[in-house]
Amino acid sequence: MVLGNYKKAVAARSTDSGILSASQDGGIVTQLFAFALDEGIIDGAIVAGPGAEPWLPEPVVATTRAELLAARGTRYTISPNMALIKEATRSYGLDKVGIVGTPCQIQGLRKAQLYPLGMRDVPDKIALAIGIFCMENFPYQGLETMVEDHCNVKMESAVKMDIGKGKFSVYTERGALAQIPLKLTHKYEQPGCHVCLDYVSNLADVSTGSVGSPDGWSTVFVRTKVGDGVWAKALAAGCFETKPIEEVKPGLDLVTKLATEKITKNQKTVEARASFGLKADGSAKALRNPYL
Amino acid sequence: MANKITVGHVHMSGCTGCLVSLADNYEGLFKILDDYADLVYALTLVDVRHVPEMDVALVEGSVCIQDETAVEEIRETRKKAKVVVALGGCASYGNITRFCRGGQWNQPQHESYLPIGDLIDVDVVLPGCPPGAQAIRNTCVMAYLLLRGTDEQKALAAAYLTPLMNLAKRGTEACGCDLMIDVINQGLCMGCGTCAASCPVRAISMAYGKPAIDRDMCIKCGACYAQCPRSFFNFDVINEFESITELIGAAMGQGGE
Ligand SMILES: Cc1cc2nc3c(=O)[nH]c(=O)nc-3n(C[C@H](O)[C@H](O)[C@H](O)COP(=O)(O)OP(=O)(O)OC[C@H]3O[C@@H](n4cnc5c(N)ncnc54)[C@H](O)[C@@H]3O)c2cc1C
Ligand code: SF4
Ligand code: SF4
Ligand code: SF4
Repeated sequence: MVLGNYKKAVAARSTDSGILSASQDGGIVTQLFAFALDEGIIDGAIVAGPGAEPWLPEPVVATTRAELLAARGTRYTISPNMALIKEATRSYGLDKVGIVGTPCQIQGLRKAQLYPLGMRDVPDKIALAIGIFCMENFPYQGLETMVEDHCNVKMESAVKMDIGKGKFSVYTERGALAQIPLKLTHKYEQPGCHVCLDYVSNLADVSTGSVGSPDGWSTVFVRTKVGDGVWAKALAAGCFETKPIEEVKPGLDLVTKLATEKITKNQKTVEARASFGLKADGSAKALRNPYL
Repeated sequence: MANKITVGHVHMSGCTGCLVSLADNYEGLFKILDDYADLVYALTLVDVRHVPEMDVALVEGSVCIQDETAVEEIRETRKKAKVVVALGGCASYGNITRFCRGGQWNQPQHESYLPIGDLIDVDVVLPGCPPGAQAIRNTCVMAYLLLRGTDEQKALAAAYLTPLMNLAKRGTEACGCDLMIDVINQGLCMGCGTCAASCPVRAISMAYGKPAIDRDMCIKCGACYAQCPRSFFNFDVINEFESITELIGAAMGQGGE
């Protein structure tokens, strides 16, 4: 079950070149929100908008296509999108909220819906939760070190960053490409990621990532009734080209392999925390386990 | 429906905001009272003067230990109720009443307020100021299923309530600092921002992907830590969010698709 429950898995990309021009992969997230906004399925979506420093995302409640477009592309640093989930229903007055998030953020969202202790009126207003795949994330200063010190690129000159095929890649505005082995980036990972047990946003309505599909395409899992409904309408409206996931390379085998690797490694970390310290009698003193 | 459970609202030193939050379920409240629970005690709503026997006591507010009536009533509540729920930040953690130092007209000697868990054993806590209407609704439905449901429903309700019972065991102190002490210091924070959204007084802002807590602003309601996906995350329940949401929707009489 490392890939979670899903009704469908496909390879897909947006049919809108205006979206694909700056999307990270197949433009699934931006296309699906833009469609849902047009159709009134959502009143707005919380996305990672541009922030005060280069490549520092700032969560925004996007209520227009232009705002969705401005938030395209992956920023490999934390965008606390859940911070706006209540505000979206209050100051912004949205009744049908969309949100994109990493697996952990979608976990926070579902917990907020089932245990809405500090989330008055939020649970019933979530209309579309899109999850992205995520192996790890980096604090901003970690990303800065990777880009500026290891890749020798100024943050403001980078136009795209990507992780894939064992490398961290930075593309510059002058067309240069700097790459480092992913191995060098591990020490900059956010520590909280090392106990994360979800790779493909198992709890989203629709989740998507690049792994499994050819360049420029995305792997998409349609998971819930809500996700299925929106996805079917978007397909009918011609928003996406799709290919059966069985017919693309490397396909779900690679997704399963990476998910298994991530979860196995992090499960070990969770277990190791149980005997991290030492009591006087020689028995183990534990760090806290969030899953107990 | 004959097989309803009995519920009381016990009012200690609180602002009635928690009761209002229960009422904010609007027609959901009527549904609860029609089908699942008889309200046998509630000073603001029911003409009963003494704490009766009941299945579930929802206790709002902290206890002033200089107020004999309050102390007597909270002890009585423990004796008469099968399940005691600390409803809201004041009952769970003291919340805003932690800041009291007495001297207030017309009982200036009332200066020491304790979360109910410092005086009686508490089974379930619902942190927050107030706890969201839907959190109270979900807890009422789960309490009903726990006491009157099928075996399968009982198991689900027990699993749902377990983390809220564990929070009760964790203690009677809460603060925004819990995010530092029990999440960030423990190497568990991943910067989702859920805590910032949950704070009723906006004491939490996110800076470079981590919560920054304005500790003077914090009223100690406990919402942020309870809401954090890295305080507790019970996969057995939360993975079933879709079916549980449908179940609660059906219990509230909302038609499916
Ligand atoms: C930290 C991180 C790690 C990832 N790791 C993997 C991986 O291991 N394997 C894999 O296949 N895919 C991974 N992805 C997902 C991938 O990079 C793309 O984001 C995804 O395929 C969506 O592309 P798209 O073209 O459909 O979306 P686009 O149309 O380009 O839209 C992307 C959306 O994601 C939002 N977003 C961007 N950065 C963040 C962020 N940091 N936090 C939250 N939301 C954000 C944007 O606001 C935008 O709405 C990762 C993404 C992130 C943020
Ligand atoms: S690895 Fe897990 S905890 Fe870290 S950002 Fe990704 S989903 Fe969140
Ligand atoms: S809710 Fe928890 S994990 Fe998320 S940012 Fe706050 S402290 Fe960190
Ligand atoms: S920081 Fe906010 S949510 Fe957390 S305990 Fe204090 S007042 Fe409550």
